[in-house]
Amino acid sequence: MVELDFDKPINELKSKIKELSDFSSKADVDLSTEIEKLEKRLKKLESDIYYNMKPWDRVQIARHPNRPTTLDYISQLFTDFFELHGDRGFGDDEAIVGGIAKYKGLPVTVIGHQRGKETKENIRRNFGMPHPEGYRKALRLMKQADKFNRPIICFIDTKGAYPGKAAEERGQSEAIAKNLFEMASMKVPIVCIVIGEGGSGGALALGVGNHIHMLENSTYSVITPEGAASILWKDAGQAKQAAERMRITAPDLKELEIIDSIIKEVRGGAHHDIKEQALQIDEVLYQSLKELRAMSKEELVNHRYNKFKKMGAYLNN
Amino acid sequence: MIKGIFSKSKKMKYATLPSELSRNEVPEGIMTKCSNCKKIMYTRELQKNLKVCFNCGFHLPMNSKERVASIIDDSTFLEINSEIKTGNPLDFPGYEEKIAGDIKKTNMNEAVVTGIGDINGMKVVLAVMDSSFRMGSMGSVVGEKITLAIEKADELSVPFVIFTASGGARMQEGVLSLMQMAKTSTALKRFSDNGGLYITIMTHPTTGGVSASFASLGDYNFAEPGALIGFAGRRIIEQTIGEELPEDFQTAEFLLKHGQLDAVIPRGELKEKLSLVLEMHQTGGDSEW
Repeated sequence: MVELDFDKPINELKSKIKELSDFSSKADVDLSTEIEKLEKRLKKLESDIYYNMKPWDRVQIARHPNRPTTLDYISQLFTDFFELHGDRGFGDDEAIVGGIAKYKGLPVTVIGHQRGKETKENIRRNFGMPHPEGYRKALRLMKQADKFNRPIICFIDTKGAYPGKAAEERGQSEAIAKNLFEMASMKVPIVCIVIGEGGSGGALALGVGNHIHMLENSTYSVITPEGAASILWKDAGQAKQAAERMRITAPDLKELEIIDSIIKEVRGGAHHDIKEQALQIDEVLYQSLKELRAMSKEELVNHRYNKFKKMGAYLNN
Repeated sequence: MIKGIFSKSKKMKYATLPSELSRNEVPEGIMTKCSNCKKIMYTRELQKNLKVCFNCGFHLPMNSKERVASIIDDSTFLEINSEIKTGNPLDFPGYEEKIAGDIKKTNMNEAVVTGIGDINGMKVVLAVMDSSFRMGSMGSVVGEKITLAIEKADELSVPFVIFTASGGARMQEGVLSLMQMAKTSTALKRFSDNGGLYITIMTHPTTGGVSASFASLGDYNFAEPGALIGFAGRRIIEQTIGEELPEDFQTAEFLLKHGQLDAVIPRGELKEKLSLVLEMHQTGGDSEW
């Protein structure tokens, strides 16, 4: 597994403890007080690090190659998932997956960005960066859900919509815009969960929901920290500073009243325990759907309208 | 070439080229030849395998009777509108004889069978096109029967499922045939606006006016593996653009890659997958909700 910078001291200490306990059992020397001391130190270190996560640390976790993806959560949270393909226009973009499934027996439509876990899959899925046909597939499935009165659940996890020639030719902007426009009028509950990186318009195109939740170590912003640094200071190397300035973490977004709740993450990041992480999501998702399903179609549309109407900050004297 | 004249291997080689006829037409009976890989198999075994070739996995055409049997629960199928018959609206020379010949050959009145039946206990209106009747081409009767089936599904508030197989519009009925595209689509739009669920399964071949109307309008568009699906014929496209087309052009897999299909489903899994989709659209939720 890839080692993150802030994990290093913890891993070092862990291996030291293991060394000592191995040694003590082999050499028959009693080192239990030393080990105990070190374990105490480990606990303190862990809580120091994991409970004081810096924005840049969270960026690293959000981008961890082993971080659970949409399909990981789908297989944990849903049954009978049936993947549906294609935008019925140009292609099937594998950077977005979607289909119908059951959530605790309830038919739902699930859609999400999908990156790969190894190079080959990442190439196939374009590193989770969709083309217009990906967004159009998502919209097609949402309209289907709307017609058949199924709640929509979106998992958000992308660096952004793909910046490429073909993407522009086929109307990347139009595709994203159309999703925002159409999601507004869906008469079914829409729950969005940011599970990794929420990169800009490419993320928002699956993000116009009644409820928006974020995993504790995910990010959501108008641009990647690298992008911001290069625009603001002409130096992508200052991404860390940008990450801190731009308020991109879940606690930041909660404070800015963009998201509804923070989903607690497994200590050290979701990749440490997918099952446990899925349970955490499950709890929030269930509550969300329960609440939203009590609303009428009209209430759902108004709820979404008012939610986004409130966003933004300005002076008005 | 000249060098080769004196070599030892100048002996002429002979090969028997089977005629087109003997290659494709095997007398009906105990054996069936796969029209793709040419392997000869016991017809009974092949039937049991839903006419999927044991050797290459090719999905051999199913007639409407076989299709209904493979999808609809035993003894639940009730055929509707089977009495509607084809006339000769344009007085097209030889048309009546051709129709009469196909009626005799297939024991059907036209290229589509429609009816009501259950799929794993869930009621649907079903239409199955049969390519053994005039290549499954769409004339007034095919259009009318499909439209009536859609209206029936609407009336009963049950899903409408269709298996398409068609060479396209029926030439002998001219513009009347063309208008069946609009007629069926119009009925489908009303059905859809009323909340109806429509599932299409495109089978080999689904082309021309059928692919350009009701075959492509499903809430879910599925296809069988290897099925030829397209609007214009391969030869016409090649002549028009002056290019050779890729081998997999207009196959179900090609269409999936190009965003036209929700999924390609092997015949063996079809009933199960259809049931799953139908079940997701049944009203009445789980107790937990």
